[in-house]
Amino acid sequence: MMNLPDHRGHFNEFGGKFVPETLMPALEELEREYDLARQDPSFSEELGTYLREYVGRPTPLGLAQRLTEHLGGARIYLKREDLNHTGAHKINNTLGQILLARRMGKKRVIAETGAGQHGVATATAAALFGFECEIFMGEEDIERQALNVFRMNLLGAKVTPVLSGTRTLKDATNEAIRNWVTHVKDTHYIIGSVVGPHPYPMMVRDFQSVIGRETREQILEKEGKLPDYLVACVGGGSNAIGLFHPFADEASVRFIGVEAAGLGIETGKHAATISAGERGVLHGSMSFLLQDQDGQVTPAHSISAGLDYPGVGPEHAYYHVSGRATYVSVTDDEALEGLKLLSETEGIIPALESAHAIAYLKKMIPGTGKEQIVVLNLSGRGDKDVNHVARILEKRK
Amino acid sequence: MSRIDEVFKKLKAEGRVALMPFITAGDPSLDVTGKIIREMERAGADIIELGIPFSDPLADGPTIQRSSQRALAGGVSLSKILLFLKEQRSHISMPVVLMGYYNPIFRYGLERFARDAKDAGADGLIVPDLPPEEAEDLIREARRVDLDTVFLLAPTSTRERIERVASVSRGFLYYVSLTGVTGARSRLSDDIGPSIAKIREVTSQPVCVGFGISKPEHVRAVSGFADGVIVGSALVGFMEERLNDPGCPAQAGDFLLEFRKAAKRQG
Repeated sequence: MMNLPDHRGHFNEFGGKFVPETLMPALEELEREYDLARQDPSFSEELGTYLREYVGRPTPLGLAQRLTEHLGGARIYLKREDLNHTGAHKINNTLGQILLARRMGKKRVIAETGAGQHGVATATAAALFGFECEIFMGEEDIERQALNVFRMNLLGAKVTPVLSGTRTLKDATNEAIRNWVTHVKDTHYIIGSVVGPHPYPMMVRDFQSVIGRETREQILEKEGKLPDYLVACVGGGSNAIGLFHPFADEASVRFIGVEAAGLGIETGKHAATISAGERGVLHGSMSFLLQDQDGQVTPAHSISAGLDYPGVGPEHAYYHVSGRATYVSVTDDEALEGLKLLSETEGIIPALESAHAIAYLKKMIPGTGKEQIVVLNLSGRGDKDVNHVARILEKRK
Repeated sequence: MSRIDEVFKKLKAEGRVALMPFITAGDPSLDVTGKIIREMERAGADIIELGIPFSDPLADGPTIQRSSQRALAGGVSLSKILLFLKEQRSHISMPVVLMGYYNPIFRYGLERFARDAKDAGADGLIVPDLPPEEAEDLIREARRVDLDTVFLLAPTSTRERIERVASVSRGFLYYVSLTGVTGARSRLSDDIGPSIAKIREVTSQPVCVGFGISKPEHVRAVSGFADGVIVGSALVGFMEERLNDPGCPAQAGDFLLEFRKAAKRQG
């Protein structure tokens, strides 16, 4: 399980490289360069230095005392990715990729963004290394996440609104790929999740695996044993894979990925790709996909812009089919309750994405024993969502 | 020898390059598409490329994106397009190449797709997001029913990739004239001639140029070194301006006629 993908970028039937020919040489170059960088101790050393001194890693793993008491079951630990510089796990990946872009001699980086967290993390890395930066963002998300748009602008990035299709993350990704096809010679595309053509799902996973590696060390130190459950939200799935992957060969550690059920899976307005999607190809890889019977991609819906995506990383598809991980889903309303629960019991306002994982604890903890351990990846902080949540709660009064 | 091979053989003898219009099936309706196909043949098209619309056409610029959206909004699907082609096939004699993204084809089922496409009278397939590395299954099904599988080459393709792509391509090779998405351009890249020369070192297959061929003078320029040209966005954009005009198919035919006159091999 740790050895996947194979040399063609396949996680069994999933993954691969489904892209126009123009991009194939760029992907081959990226594969070669990433391979060299991986074997180069100075690369990981430099990345490690930035993660420590710039991002603030390692992030703490802390016992959520009051939440644990409130739910009355397993001991719940929070992996605090919300405490990273820029407020989410996304920076682990963007720093890795920008160092790679520098090695490849690229001058410009582009990225797609949904909630804006990956856009901010990319703009941040670009500012740090003096790269030109353009972020593609759906028009609807620009409205939902105005604060992050302002942040990206402050960081010197150009934010380009995407008006095609559903005007969300899916279309922002299409537009970023189109821009990459056009400027492939001097531009590196920093994909923000474990999606896209090979080697992206593998590379982003590797950069995010710092989450799981730290967690492993920290939990052994605190509890003297491995956790029973790892819980994380899944949109594209990068924070979840980052936590899961270093435990992939530990059969006793169960993985739970929490997808966004939006208004409810039965309404069709959701983003629960694994729970309710079918096999298909989008954005360069074979995975699960929300689509109609003719193979047209159907719009996703989630209260959280970061989970509002009709695809999912191919490694998650593989984990699902092989039974290695279990995928569940929670609705918009449940996620809002999760956000309130963590705020009130722990004094931490989580991102709406992470609030989905919190919400699932309410369902799963009653079935656990007090001696068991759950690690939840708190992938981002909620500041960016406060206005959005306030508007929703106001409307409901 | 496939019908596509025969076209190139004949054109070579006549000293002319193949003219291949691209239109999106179902934009704005299959009824109009049927009329346009006939007008295309009347205007001298040698092969027609029929686009299967997809919700996320990531190799396409705004013109084809809008065209795909109109077609999908009008309710077409791959199965409807195949039924449509079967009805239309007897009205035209030129080869038909289906061009579409992989997901609708994958969803339809590769074996069923190859069989039904052949049965409908299609001659070849182009799947722009399916490089040879991922195409093994589709190639197998296409070979079984003698459908030509056309693959793409780009300005970025290395010699190694040209060899690999040429080894699985049948009918012709589709050379993407620019690093970018589809769409009309005011001028052509200067590298097309040298790039095609590089491809010809590796293969004797016909090489056709597409992406950005927008004016008759582009066709004239490319005729010096290519075996065929694909005119897509320029034609689709021309039709977009007169979608509700009943004279649109005939006007599209006249539009193509200007390209046809330019499609004479130079030297």
